[in-house]
Amino acid sequence: MSTGLDNSMLTLVTFIPLAGALLLVVFPRRDRDIRVFALVVSLLEFVLSLHLPVHFQRGQAGFQYEVNNLWISNPNIHYHMGVDGVSMWLVVLTTFLTPLCVLISWKSIHERVKEFFILLLVLQTALIGVFVALDLFLFYFFWEATLIPMALLIGIYGHGRRIYAAVKFFLYTMVASMFMLAAILWLYAKTGTFDFVSIQSAIHNGQVENFAGAATWLFLGFFIAFAVKVPVFPFHTWLPDAHVEAPTAGSVLLAGVLLKMGTYGMLRFNLGLFPEQSRANAWWVMILALIGIVYGALVALVQPNMKKLIAYSSISHLGFVVLGIFSFTQAGLDGATFVMLAHGVSTGALFMLAGILYERRHTYEIAEFGGLASPMPVYATFFLFIVLASVGLPLLNGFIGEFLVLSGAFRDRAVYGILGATGVIWSACYLLWMYQRVFYGKVTHEVNLSLPDLSGRERAALWPAAAAALVMGVAPLLWLNAIDPAVQNVLAPFAQLARKMVGR
Amino acid sequence: MNNANDLTQLIPQAADYVRILPEIVLSIFGMIVMVLDPLMDERRSQRTLGTIALIGSLAALAATLFQGQYPGLGFWNMVRVDSFSVFFHFLVAAVTAVVILTSYEYMAVQGIRAGEYYALVLFGAVGMSLMSSAVELVLIFIALEISSISTYILAGFRREAAISSESSVKYFLLGSFATAFFLYGVALMFGATGSTSITVIGNVLRSGHIPVLAYVGIALMFVGLGFKVAAAPFHVWTPDVYEGAPSPVVGFMSTAPKAAVFAVLLRIMFEADAPGRVWLIWVVAALSMTLGNIGALVQDNVKRLLAYSSIAHAGYLLVAFAALPNNGIPAAMFYTASYAAMNVGAFAVISHIGGKGERYVTLEDYEGLGRRSPLLAATLTIFLLSLIGIPITGGFFAKFYVFSAALQSNLVGLVIIGVLNSAVASYYYLRVIVVMYMREAREEVPLPPIPVGLGTALAISLAATIYLGVLPGRVLDYAARTAAEWAR
Repeated sequence: MSTGLDNSMLTLVTFIPLAGALLLVVFPRRDRDIRVFALVVSLLEFVLSLHLPVHFQRGQAGFQYEVNNLWISNPNIHYHMGVDGVSMWLVVLTTFLTPLCVLISWKSIHERVKEFFILLLVLQTALIGVFVALDLFLFYFFWEATLIPMALLIGIYGHGRRIYAAVKFFLYTMVASMFMLAAILWLYAKTGTFDFVSIQSAIHNGQVENFAGAATWLFLGFFIAFAVKVPVFPFHTWLPDAHVEAPTAGSVLLAGVLLKMGTYGMLRFNLGLFPEQSRANAWWVMILALIGIVYGALVALVQPNMKKLIAYSSISHLGFVVLGIFSFTQAGLDGATFVMLAHGVSTGALFMLAGILYERRHTYEIAEFGGLASPMPVYATFFLFIVLASVGLPLLNGFIGEFLVLSGAFRDRAVYGILGATGVIWSACYLLWMYQRVFYGKVTHEVNLSLPDLSGRERAALWPAAAAALVMGVAPLLWLNAIDPAVQNVLAPFAQLARKMVGR
Repeated sequence: MNNANDLTQLIPQAADYVRILPEIVLSIFGMIVMVLDPLMDERRSQRTLGTIALIGSLAALAATLFQGQYPGLGFWNMVRVDSFSVFFHFLVAAVTAVVILTSYEYMAVQGIRAGEYYALVLFGAVGMSLMSSAVELVLIFIALEISSISTYILAGFRREAAISSESSVKYFLLGSFATAFFLYGVALMFGATGSTSITVIGNVLRSGHIPVLAYVGIALMFVGLGFKVAAAPFHVWTPDVYEGAPSPVVGFMSTAPKAAVFAVLLRIMFEADAPGRVWLIWVVAALSMTLGNIGALVQDNVKRLLAYSSIAHAGYLLVAFAALPNNGIPAAMFYTASYAAMNVGAFAVISHIGGKGERYVTLEDYEGLGRRSPLLAATLTIFLLSLIGIPITGGFFAKFYVFSAALQSNLVGLVIIGVLNSAVASYYYLRVIVVMYMREAREEVPLPPIPVGLGTALAISLAATIYLGVLPGRVLDYAARTAAEWAR
């Protein structure tokens, strides 16, 4: 491949959805054409993004496909993008889920269709931007940019309490990211650059004045912004509201990608910029993660609302990711990254499945269903498959990541591993129990007897997700061999840190 | 021989006139409007007079660019054309043009006689322009009065609405009070330093001993100017005046005179090197941000909401004044420009939606706007996002520069207050967006199509807002050069 294409690859991947959205602005209001157009754009985008893993130099640490141009000279902001093994897969996850979102919204969105797909595509650009930005300013810019389309998607196309949910979502994230902005500004004031790599090396070489005094605060400034996004335990209250009220596509992207912005941020910025502070604060972060795992699972267990159940299960699963990241072990971080991807696929699929049911019955209440396996056998099969993937059945995608995370946590401190492992059991409990209540037994409500099974379009949306869940479970190395070097790179300062401590 | 020399010194040279060329142009066009007004049929006059005024403001813009090539002092060191004054002249003229474009439709809908209106807008612009180039406190006072008196009258232009007259009277009474404070300050400063020239004052104050009188003088001048920019605790007039005054006028007086007064403040604070600057401003900035934002949280009237927001924004802007000059001056200049762009735009939208008699100005009236007029709603959304300070809008970089200037001067406390305030502020701007997109209109309020004039005004402010948000470098570099000029 020519280097010219490689250089502009990330720019293309990031901005093609935005270009599509701009074209949609002047598109005539013919709903069907708009949907087809959005689908074509998102598929094109997906195919294009596959260029990244295909031509990725595996086994090589550091960033690839880098572009670095001066954007604004004062302040010194660069258009600096690049991906490593972690962020590359998150980009592909985003481009993978978006066409599925388009398909799943085909019929459920029938008012203000044009605006919906514009927002969806703008959101996609912002999400990809978050993962590829290597300039702290650019990162913050995309970070904030995700907020508006997502809040609008929830607020305009959501269900009953949508406005409350949208505003809560917006404010939580906005307030939290202000702390991150303050930390970024501080770093800029002291180093004169926003460049992630430059700041990292400046910190590493001790060239930042007053860093020792401010470091913990900076760590916290970043951490709060990410923790709200993940969400880590006490900051999670916006998530169930946002999920329950969001339209299906919104939930898919919210759970599938937006939450990963937080864990990705922790991995990249908290660990990358502040290794010492990360280590010093790891104990309470891990405790919060464990609380999240268990608490999320327990609350999910008692939810009468299917979507809320999946939302709380996300809190639990994302707890694994945080646990893995702050174990500072190779296995833990590998696993955390893999859980991010696997959770994106399987929870995205779960939300699609819930949305499909909602389209038919306009409710998420589990009690409204029962015995659905007989009127909707294909649907039931897909659902079971995804549930098993999400539960962590070996050979499906949920297993590898959680296994790695737990082994990493175990090496860090056995009790973390043991407590974390209970989360796996819990997830089996709540998901399988929900499955049983929805699909088995007799059909208790007359209306459910005549529910149509999956249509071709719905199958087209579910097949890729199911296939991905299987492939990821069978051949995880395809993903891990790109993730591994990136993680090693992140962990390098920790090894030095450990050596320093032993030397003392 | 000697006598003759004195005589030539007393007669203004051609160069002197170039130094006030934009003011001359604006005055001439203002007078043309006034002369033509009684000669024309009332119905037809609105458009014609508006166009003359528009040409006037554009001519002033051109005059500013021309004048910018000949920097220097004029009129016995009373005015100075430098890149700083050119910046603010440009800003004032541009805002004036946009406001006139907005007023076309507004005047027709409200049935307001256009003659004096356009003339007063132009005369106001004369004062505002002069403020930014005057380097002599007495001349600044005169310019301030020219600008203020025009805006007092403009505020009362909705003659059939009692609230408008109230607004005008309130603004006038409190405003005259404030200018009196300013004049006192000037007098005391003269007593303390023996001069009213900012340059001389600066030299005296820098030379070492600072008389107590100078502190009092600065404080009093600051009270007067603080009133004009609606900084807390001199802000109480703002919501009432903004609510009553015609919307395009609010767009005008919340941006152009403010920018001009900030220019004066910059000159006094930095060029004259005002003593006790940092703490005075620290307190006022923190108060303005906090009181403005808290006040805005509970407003249901969009104009009042933006009035409180303008108080808060005056606070953010003042943060830059507490910073060191080489960071603070460019940050403040950039902020005035981007605030002008977004606020003029926002009020242009408001004046269109308001309808006859400005009936539709509460949040409820904005319900379902996203569906009724997607274009208008999207435009207003961008202005509001800019006011929040979301990236790729001018508002973001404005805040960004201000806060990073403050951080570089180690004003961490003030930055934290500012950042927290921005977070709070996002709530009430968001409320407007929520109402527009997420609620349905209770009654179908008719919304006329967007006329050409308004459309142009919106396009200009939108383009400026986005330009400042995507490529802020050029404007900031320009502003930074100004700061460097002063430092020399």
